Amino acid sequence: MALTADDVARLAGLARLHLTEAECAELAPELDIILSSVDQVAAVARDDIPMMTHALPLTNVMRDDVVTPSLTPEQALSGAPATEDGRFRVPQILGEDA
Amino acid sequence: MTEILDYDDVLESFDPAIGLEVHVELSTASKMFCGCSTTFGAEPNSQTCPVCLGLPGSLPVVNAKAVESAIRIGLALNCQIAPWGRFARKNYFYPDMTKNFQTSQYDEPIAHDGWVDLEVEGEMFRIEVERAHMEEDAGKLTHVGTSGRIHGAEYSLLDYNRAGTPLIEIVTRPILGTGAKAPQVAKAYVSHLRDLMRALKVSDVRMEHGSLRCDANISLAHKGAQELGIRTETKNVNSLRSVERAITFEMRRQGALLLDGGRVKQETRHFDEATGTTRSGRSKEEAQDYRYFAEPDLVPIAPSAEWIEELRATLPEQPVARRKRLATEWDADELAMRDIVAVGAMDMIEETVAAGAPPQAARKWWVGELARRANEGGVELEELPITPRDVAEVCALVVSGELNDKLARQVFEGVLAGEGSAREVVDARGLAIVSDDGALKEAVDKAIAANPDVAARIRDGKHQAIGALIGQVMKAMRGQADAGRVRELVLEELG
Amino acid sequence: MTDATLLTKPAHELAAMLRAGEITSEELTRAHLEQIEALNPTLNAFLAVDADGALATARAIDARRAAGEELGPLAGVPIAVKDNFCTRDLPTTCGSRMLEGWVPPYDATIITRLRDAGLVILGKTNMDEFAMGSSTETSAFGPTRNPWDIDRIPGGSGGGSSAAVAGFLAPLAVGSDTGGSIRQPGAVTGTVGVKPTYGGVSRFGVVAMASSLDQPGPVARTVLDAALLHEVMAGHDPRDSTSIDRPVPALADAARLRDVRGMRVGVVKELGGEGYDVAVEARFLEAVELLKEAGAEVIEVSCPHFTYALSAYYLIHPAEVSSNLARFDAMRYGMRCGDDGTNGAEAVTSITRGEGFGREVKRRLIIGTHALSSGYHDQYYGSAQKVRTLVARDFDAAFELCDVLVSPTTPTVAFKLGERMNDPLAMYKADLCTIPSNLAGNASASFPVGVSDEGLPIGLQVMAPPLADDRLYRIGGWLEAVLEETWGGPLLQQMKPLPETKAVFA
Repeated sequence: MALTADDVARLAGLARLHLTEAECAELAPELDIILSSVDQVAAVARDDIPMMTHALPLTNVMRDDVVTPSLTPEQALSGAPATEDGRFRVPQILGEDA
Repeated sequence: MTEILDYDDVLESFDPAIGLEVHVELSTASKMFCGCSTTFGAEPNSQTCPVCLGLPGSLPVVNAKAVESAIRIGLALNCQIAPWGRFARKNYFYPDMTKNFQTSQYDEPIAHDGWVDLEVEGEMFRIEVERAHMEEDAGKLTHVGTSGRIHGAEYSLLDYNRAGTPLIEIVTRPILGTGAKAPQVAKAYVSHLRDLMRALKVSDVRMEHGSLRCDANISLAHKGAQELGIRTETKNVNSLRSVERAITFEMRRQGALLLDGGRVKQETRHFDEATGTTRSGRSKEEAQDYRYFAEPDLVPIAPSAEWIEELRATLPEQPVARRKRLATEWDADELAMRDIVAVGAMDMIEETVAAGAPPQAARKWWVGELARRANEGGVELEELPITPRDVAEVCALVVSGELNDKLARQVFEGVLAGEGSAREVVDARGLAIVSDDGALKEAVDKAIAANPDVAARIRDGKHQAIGALIGQVMKAMRGQADAGRVRELVLEELG
Repeated sequence: MTDATLLTKPAHELAAMLRAGEITSEELTRAHLEQIEALNPTLNAFLAVDADGALATARAIDARRAAGEELGPLAGVPIAVKDNFCTRDLPTTCGSRMLEGWVPPYDATIITRLRDAGLVILGKTNMDEFAMGSSTETSAFGPTRNPWDIDRIPGGSGGGSSAAVAGFLAPLAVGSDTGGSIRQPGAVTGTVGVKPTYGGVSRFGVVAMASSLDQPGPVARTVLDAALLHEVMAGHDPRDSTSIDRPVPALADAARLRDVRGMRVGVVKELGGEGYDVAVEARFLEAVELLKEAGAEVIEVSCPHFTYALSAYYLIHPAEVSSNLARFDAMRYGMRCGDDGTNGAEAVTSITRGEGFGREVKRRLIIGTHALSSGYHDQYYGSAQKVRTLVARDFDAAFELCDVLVSPTTPTVAFKLGERMNDPLAMYKADLCTIPSNLAGNASASFPVGVSDEGLPIGLQVMAPPLADDRLYRIGGWLEAVLEETWGGPLLQQMKPLPETKAVFA
């Protein structure tokens, strides 16, 4: 199944990544080659094989419910592109009501 | 203007199905995945760190207390506790979420397949709990612009103090067969959860602070249909009353649409407290693709059977069982218990009785006098500046005959006015009943002398006239007399 | 006058000289800063150099030593840090425009440990953008060049660190290895690079690429140096949930042992043959012969699923990348583009990511998003995680028979700059041999074993079971001693010195 420029554009939307039409057109065949080369994993991935999501079989790593020092608001905001009143200032949020 | 149908007409043609997703903010000291404080109302962005700000390189570590709370909630909801489960990333972009994925649980929730039994107006309902899972809260957005709402906002400001606060999301299976009682059942369920969380001491469940939030899924199916109808998800349902109103409104709105041959659109809707209506939000026609996968930065949680049993032993009495027990102990009938629940006096009465007061008296004061005063002041009963110990003290004074009910009310007034403890108010206001027979006798003699005709009637055996003399004496004593003792003295003189 | 031979000395010798009072840390640091000044314009190994900070740290260490304070074994030795480790006093860019100029408000755990151990941080080294690449060419700040041949790549993603160490700009460096980013640069620059057992070194504060594969580790010129640095870095960190809470094996002791008698060494059948340079295979086989001669038992083993490891990696890796890099949204830190009042937050995020990320990052974001998306999750991400299980089982079976496994580190010598930039698949093959250990989480290292006919370095990969990192050093320490005897000195001595270099061998 070939990946089209439209597919790339849809995926770019999900990834919040602005791509030009030219980029989508260029990426589609590149990604297609990569995807077809990795297609073989499905062939060996039998149903009875568990997924390995972690490199080590650790469980129950937890910390006690203890408050530790936070950053100061100045430190927290130090890298922000824009701030106002001790808060991060961001452009208007469209597309959802709240 | 949205068309709506009469509630009765909705029920004539349709069966409602409801589903509730309740988010409970846990009252842990620190956040879900970092050591920042969860205290409400701090200076913006003063309770943040690389982890909850989602700074590059930061890594989460699970708060053990949050896991413990999740397990206890699961057990209290009669759930199975998963012996092994991973966290998952729910990927979607929104500026209030610092990593642009929410660390949550997906197909391996810590608790699943539970139930809750509810009684609504004498009828029992079993609510099936599909799952309860752990996740984290988002930051707080403030929209700056002309309207203060998103539309028309010029920009937004973000405070991430709340980001990463532990949440438990409790999801029911579709609740069927509730008919006309659907809104009340939903309300009773949320109310039950609130009581349960309070009893478990895992959350302060203040709906007005958003520490308990409810999303309601509602659909209508034509009577007799096998399949559920298309549902809407109503958000912002943040008070018990709103749960009832939002569901009622959605049933009526969907009913009008369907009867008109229309189709319900699967969407998110927002409840407007002011108008009691819902309005369309983001369209869910194109379903979100959250691209869930197991969180590689956290290892699985595998609670041992011993730990689960240890936690089970810490569970408080279930609200239904407790209510039954207290009804017996207090000799209260169903109607009386309903009044107690309605004014939220259960805990206060229990504590007052524990402090030595007779149940009857404790109930009387909390449901009557004190509930009335709370209502007048527009506050919750427990917010009144009077403790169960104060009330028990007053009850004891009544029992010992030092106070009568009328004086007791004055004592309450004094305590509520901040004049001190019950004892202090009694002393300061000089409210004790006069038990000195000498003073009382004097007043009785005066009253007899002043009312010879009444005295004559009493001498003639017409004891119903005695009330007039008692009234005179009580007036003379400014209410600080035991009416029973006065009666005895009058009869001694005239009997 | 600074002794020019200081620059070519191993870190452990420098540490001994510091301890003996023969040199000061300030002197040593200054020598390295001068070498950086001379060579960095050619190599582009460092993105940021902290001359003042480094000298101040060096003076402080000298003062503490003079006051008789007990200091760590590497105190006063300069070190270079890959630019994906958060440092509160230096920008941390990950080689990306997205983070240009960003100074984190916190230090990575490893940075704290380096500081506590008295190491002197010289600056931050170049890398492929967000560590995605095998050549350091995807850096937004220009490629790093290989000191052996400046027309060739220094490996990647940690090419800045490997070039800095090979070019004598720093005696030590720290890197991170997700698919070979420490080992492959080590192989193509004739240096030592170790990927510890996953969880052996804290990831806290290392900007994540693929969380379940990333592992920080040491970069050095000698095996003992790597072991000493590894010991500084290793150990449990309560801020990293995947950190192992167990004692670290004695690594420096293993490096000093110089004895491989009785060790069972497995040659992985699948890692060789077609696509491997003749010289790479020749040096590999010579090393295997040496092992036999030294009394090791050499066995051929088969790990049939290693064939699928590269494919599985190029699904798991981009999937995790697509999620880890979502936080770069122009809201809280880093670059913001398109905020001119006409665009909402969503558009600003999208525009910024379009401008701020380079081509390779975009490729992987799209593939990763696809691999996780509904309808494809099981086919791609799910299948890849199953293959991961199979790869780990192959390792388990092989480690039943062997104490360590060996293979070439990378199929070819350093390729020319630009050669593979438009052929992602060819680029990805550089990590063919290194990826299995990232998938399974076991320890793995690359050690220099000689040069090709055109005089380019070649590495041997040694793989050990999880938590048995000491076996890497045992093999490496012995191998280094044997080879240096035949070479008459370190392999780097065979490198043609760059015209501007100040480094001289004693």
